[in-house]
Amino acid sequence: MSDHKTMTLTLIVWRQKNANDPGKFATYTAKNITEHHSFLEMLDCVNEDLINDGKEPIVFDHDCREGICGMCSQIINGAAHGGQDRTTVCQLHMRKFKDGDTIYIEPWRARAFPIIKDLIVDRQALDKIIQAGGYTSCHTGGTPDGNTILIPKPIAEEATDAAECIGCGACVAGCPNGAAMLFTGAKISQLALLPQGKVEAAARVKNMTDTMSECGFGNCTNHYECQASCPKGINVKFIARMNREFLKAQFA
Amino acid sequence: MILDGKCPTGPIEKSWDKHRFDLKLVNPANKRKYNIIVVGTGLAGGAAAATLGELGYNVQAFCYQDSPRRAHSIAAQGGINAAKNYPSDGDSVLRLMYDTIKGGDFRAREADVWRLAQVSNNIIDQCVAQGVPFGRDYAGYLDNRSFGGAQVSRTFYSRGETGQQLLLGAYSALSRQIKLGSVKMYNRREMLDLVVVDGVAKGITCRNLITGEMESYAADAVCLCTGGYVNVFYLSTNAKGCSATAIWKAAKKGAYFANPCYTQIHPTCIPQAGEYQSKLTLMSESLRNDGRIWVPKKKEDIGKRPDQIPEEDRDYYLERKYPSFGNLAPRDISSRSAKEACDDGLGVGPGGRGVYLDFADSIKRLSEDTIRERYGNLFEMYERITDDNGYKTPMRIYPAPHYAMGGLWVDYNLMSNIPGLFVLGEANFSVHGANRLGASALMQGLSDGYFVIPYTIGGYLATIKPGLVKTDHAEFKKSVEDVSATTQKLLSINGKRTVTEFHRDLGKIMWNQVGMARSKESLTDAIKQIPKIREEFWNNVKVSGSGAELNQQLENAGRVADFLEFGELLARDALHREESCGGHFRVEHQLPDGEAKRNDADFSYVGAWEFKGIDKEPELHKEPLKFETIHLAVRSYK
Repeated sequence: MSDHKTMTLTLIVWRQKNANDPGKFATYTAKNITEHHSFLEMLDCVNEDLINDGKEPIVFDHDCREGICGMCSQIINGAAHGGQDRTTVCQLHMRKFKDGDTIYIEPWRARAFPIIKDLIVDRQALDKIIQAGGYTSCHTGGTPDGNTILIPKPIAEEATDAAECIGCGACVAGCPNGAAMLFTGAKISQLALLPQGKVEAAARVKNMTDTMSECGFGNCTNHYECQASCPKGINVKFIARMNREFLKAQFA
Repeated sequence: MILDGKCPTGPIEKSWDKHRFDLKLVNPANKRKYNIIVVGTGLAGGAAAATLGELGYNVQAFCYQDSPRRAHSIAAQGGINAAKNYPSDGDSVLRLMYDTIKGGDFRAREADVWRLAQVSNNIIDQCVAQGVPFGRDYAGYLDNRSFGGAQVSRTFYSRGETGQQLLLGAYSALSRQIKLGSVKMYNRREMLDLVVVDGVAKGITCRNLITGEMESYAADAVCLCTGGYVNVFYLSTNAKGCSATAIWKAAKKGAYFANPCYTQIHPTCIPQAGEYQSKLTLMSESLRNDGRIWVPKKKEDIGKRPDQIPEEDRDYYLERKYPSFGNLAPRDISSRSAKEACDDGLGVGPGGRGVYLDFADSIKRLSEDTIRERYGNLFEMYERITDDNGYKTPMRIYPAPHYAMGGLWVDYNLMSNIPGLFVLGEANFSVHGANRLGASALMQGLSDGYFVIPYTIGGYLATIKPGLVKTDHAEFKKSVEDVSATTQKLLSINGKRTVTEFHRDLGKIMWNQVGMARSKESLTDAIKQIPKIREEFWNNVKVSGSGAELNQQLENAGRVADFLEFGELLARDALHREESCGGHFRVEHQLPDGEAKRNDADFSYVGAWEFKGIDKEPELHKEPLKFETIHLAVRSYK
């Protein structure tokens, strides 16, 4: 169907049957790939070939394929989501690669994200951090009119910058310490900036950072790899804000 | 059979308040004795699970993703409507109701739409309290946007990612209840059957997508919040995992399926680049405010670069065919016209399925900076996917299926015809009629989840004894056996064609013959072709691996198998509805200017289908629609 010339690529892909399997790299060839294939569509094509050859297809997490659900999660040539600025794997396109390239594909690698199979990892630790306090404890109904709470536009904008996190875990995968500081800092900052979230700010930062440690995430040593890995461009300043909130909470 | 929607009677302004008073209540101390299953964690499911848990019920929530934060509600860009009338531009609950009924081409229930408009304001308050960062003005007040189908500014938004922020709000409320223990969350589970005991919904059968185990869950009520079914077209803007499976399994257990032919095709999507691609990305249709749509006049020009085609050889077909509305013609007309141009061999780009959306004139008139200010993020997204710079060369766009107005039939309490089975959000049919207006899907999901089901489910639970059926009941065992047998069958066929190939075959028929323009001939043929694909599927599909592990091919095979049954029902519904209305366009029924020609005398009803067996004709039940507040009129956009 396409009128563009095609590429042939060598894929070196992490294959692991289940959590207990040691896992290993396997080599495949991706054929008839055009520059218009997204990275995941390229993998779809490889999987169709594998099925037709009677081999087990590669499993990987994905869903919305428009860069917002946060499900897709792959390390490509050593970079989370493939390293293109502000781009998830599902939005990465094959025009970023050349005919004949060799591409290494691995799952997120972090202590807090055990591998389930091939490129799929268990990210429930991120949910646990949110469950520890990533909310305002409001009830359904009985809330005041939306315009009762005025919020200066710059504050609302900064809270939105933090709220753009899609919870993919690239920050953890990119961090040499496997830390979830950017993820946690973004949620803590969003709610600490807004008047609705200030009421519970002290308890929130304590509970969320405690849970972060319990889940096996590491600490921040200012590499800024998280920001470089983040497909939504979440800024490391939110880690600094989390640290300030943490200090403030010691005196609350 | 004539169906009764059980709508309250009396003045519409008092209908929901009166109904809430009339509903029976469950004593707070008794609530914990009731178990409720919520399937799906999008806006409807997330909001429902959080609220029901908070009320004190025991909730079990399920999603197929790895976290309840990922459902496809998250991808909605534009905004959420509410009748706040903050700009004092004449909005009211009645006007929001009027716009929604008219936008739906008079095929929705008045009482349901009134309620939606009434609680729309509570939704905004709720989300603000949760810390959803809505767009604000410099005085700190909530800001509004204008949207299609309305003459007032009532759309609340958060940049171009309103769905994400609203869903994360619901997810945060849900997370709080999970921590408190009132909701037990089951990730990576796919519902594969509804368990019905003595005609009453009592639980579900799920496949654990990690271990492959079939699991039984019992409850006093089941809420399906599993979204829409337009992946039946293969090409769609839905997430890859979206399916009809949960609602179709319920339909096969006796739940009526209402108006399946009401599907919406969005006109401004990035075209398919090759057959391997099923997921299409939508771009806000606000682009049509400043872009001009055209195709080459001559077939020999379609391969040329657009700047090599002189002005006189371009056909600005919307401006030509609809001079008064031009490029802002309604969604259905714009979509259909693009398809016609491409069918005539004038489409541009790979595969000839695309039309140009050209900003050159606007850039000349307003400057590139102004266009960047208005649509910068959309141009950026377009470039990421296509590698084309929309400021320098026209964008290529094409319509794509993106929303299902049809769904399981429910009464005013959101309960299906199976007692104990409730259906919320896009999965039900209730408020959008034959066409949904922009920024109304988010409103419906949250309305159903936060502000409707918490009341109406109590009215049902108060009439039954809790905990009567447990998972050791014979119906649960039978359900697990049936589902396991189907799974084994899929794995044992070991044929020659992959699941995706069958999905693509089905999609071609659905898209070409049951898509934007439908005729008696195309539909009759589709109803003949679909069973043939289905038969081949069950004899020649190849699904590798085993059922006792994570197996994405197997998951997909089950979903496609269901689409192969459901697609036929969609076509049958479209064939039976001898009129055009909203998203359902029958070429035999159009006004001279190409507008949809409704037939109120014969078709002013909800068509709800009862499953009678595969390869058997389903039975049609009707719920007549009455219009007492808003008078039936020809929908005109001129």
